[in-house]
Amino acid sequence: MPMPNTPFSRSDPPDPPPLITVRGLTFYRGDRAIFRDVDLDIQRGKVTAIMGPSGAGKTTLLRLIGGQIRPHAGRIEVDGACVHELGRRELYQLRKRMSMLFQSGALFTDLSVFDNVAFPLREHTRLSEALIRILVLMKLEAVGLRGARDLMPSELSGGMARRAALARSIALDPMMIMYDEPFSGQDPITMGVLIKLIRTLNDALGLTSIIVSHDVKETASIADYIYLLSEGSIVDHGSPQALERSRSAWVEQFLHALPDGPMSFHYPAAAYAQDLSLAQEPSP
Amino acid sequence: MIDGLRRLGRSTLFWLNRLGRATLFLLRLLSALPTLAKRPGLAIRQLYSVGVLSLPIIAMSGLFVGMVLGLQGYANLVDFGATSSLGRVVALSLARELGPVLAALLYAARAGSALTAEIGLMKATEQLSAMQMMAVDPFARVYAPRFVAGIIAMPLLAGIFTAVGILGGYFVAVQQLGVDSGAFWSQMQSTVKLFDDVINGVVINSVVFGWVANWIAVFEGYDAIPTSEGISLATTRTVVNTSLVVLAVDFVLTALFFGV
Repeated sequence: MPMPNTPFSRSDPPDPPPLITVRGLTFYRGDRAIFRDVDLDIQRGKVTAIMGPSGAGKTTLLRLIGGQIRPHAGRIEVDGACVHELGRRELYQLRKRMSMLFQSGALFTDLSVFDNVAFPLREHTRLSEALIRILVLMKLEAVGLRGARDLMPSELSGGMARRAALARSIALDPMMIMYDEPFSGQDPITMGVLIKLIRTLNDALGLTSIIVSHDVKETASIADYIYLLSEGSIVDHGSPQALERSRSAWVEQFLHALPDGPMSFHYPAAAYAQDLSLAQEPSP
Repeated sequence: MIDGLRRLGRSTLFWLNRLGRATLFLLRLLSALPTLAKRPGLAIRQLYSVGVLSLPIIAMSGLFVGMVLGLQGYANLVDFGATSSLGRVVALSLARELGPVLAALLYAARAGSALTAEIGLMKATEQLSAMQMMAVDPFARVYAPRFVAGIIAMPLLAGIFTAVGILGGYFVAVQQLGVDSGAFWSQMQSTVKLFDDVINGVVINSVVFGWVANWIAVFEGYDAIPTSEGISLATTRTVVNTSLVVLAVDFVLTALFFGV
């Protein structure tokens, strides 16, 4: 098998093997290819960002890594286990070490903040309620919501809901967390808090973080490595500094939010004049 | 003509496809029951929302249906001087047919639609995906407890509907229209059979209706398109399909139990 287009060459200092390796990933939704022969690596202990325009398949990639959907071709390995070849029991064992922060937070609406954070502990451990209480309060303290433990999800602001979900996602001390658009729809202060939290948690808990986002500036500020996705393939990848220096027109357009460039604003359509029936009739 | 055939074929394939998916869903649901057996508290909590919260509508409807039966029965029997048989008419109508069937239809409207909407919204707000990503199987944690609680609740609700209906009939017949109280109860006692009318009529019928109603409700939520329109359609389908299937199954069960 030819060496994939990995970002880490043999000349790099020796790193532990990547936590996640994706090789030849191909995935279709209907007739549309979301991914075509995509290769990427997620290094342990790093914050890796997957960025790209809306509809580029960023969230789909997280769902593929989490084993919620299966690729049509290719291989996705997490910590040495091929996710889509695992049986349900093995997949669930693996997922106890993975975590995901959903775009909406996905808090259970019938449970309080405390019970939401306690949920994975109650499901997967036999710890006493007294110990669970201590652990939950520690997790809530880490995200600044210890005082909000008795609130219901409907009583939280968007930023608080996301922080509560973050506390839940670290409840089982996972080896990795996948963040799906963690900054979307947040005010600047909440965004700043989330950025700091993600980086701090990653470093303090020795996690591996994957952030899917199209908030360029915020994501680049905490990412160690960035993959840029568009139209089913990886357009470019590298450290934020390296991408900033990239001469690719696509990268430049995306990183600097330029309206004109290789990425078209319009969805493919017939000629405008033809659609409006204004095409010139041939003169008699 | 060809278009009509094409539409018929497409529609048949669509329903066969849904039936296949619903059957696979049911098998997966049944495979989660052993996990539920270890945590019966999950089903008991659901029993409150599908059973206890359905009590007011079931009791009120049972009361009015029983009262109407009392009135209608009296109006017809009085011409033949047979009003003493009113207790029998009310009890047999309720136990054999009206109790389980109407309780199932009301259940579909109150609890079935709520189950579909709840599961559909959990899907739309990614709560089910979050559960899966936390290595918690929604079949064991969400679908199976609701399915089992509904099956347990159904015969209890049908029994309450029937009992309250009989009381409603008694109130109209005896208290309002002057039918003899002793005749009302003794006719009922002598004709209503424990096995034929109570076990077959109320219990077996309503367990089967409960199975069907909850299977449809939970499946529609699971299969709902996670948008506001998709959840609205799924909720409507739950009520319509459950009503039709309950009536069809009722005919089959009646033919089996009482057919000639």
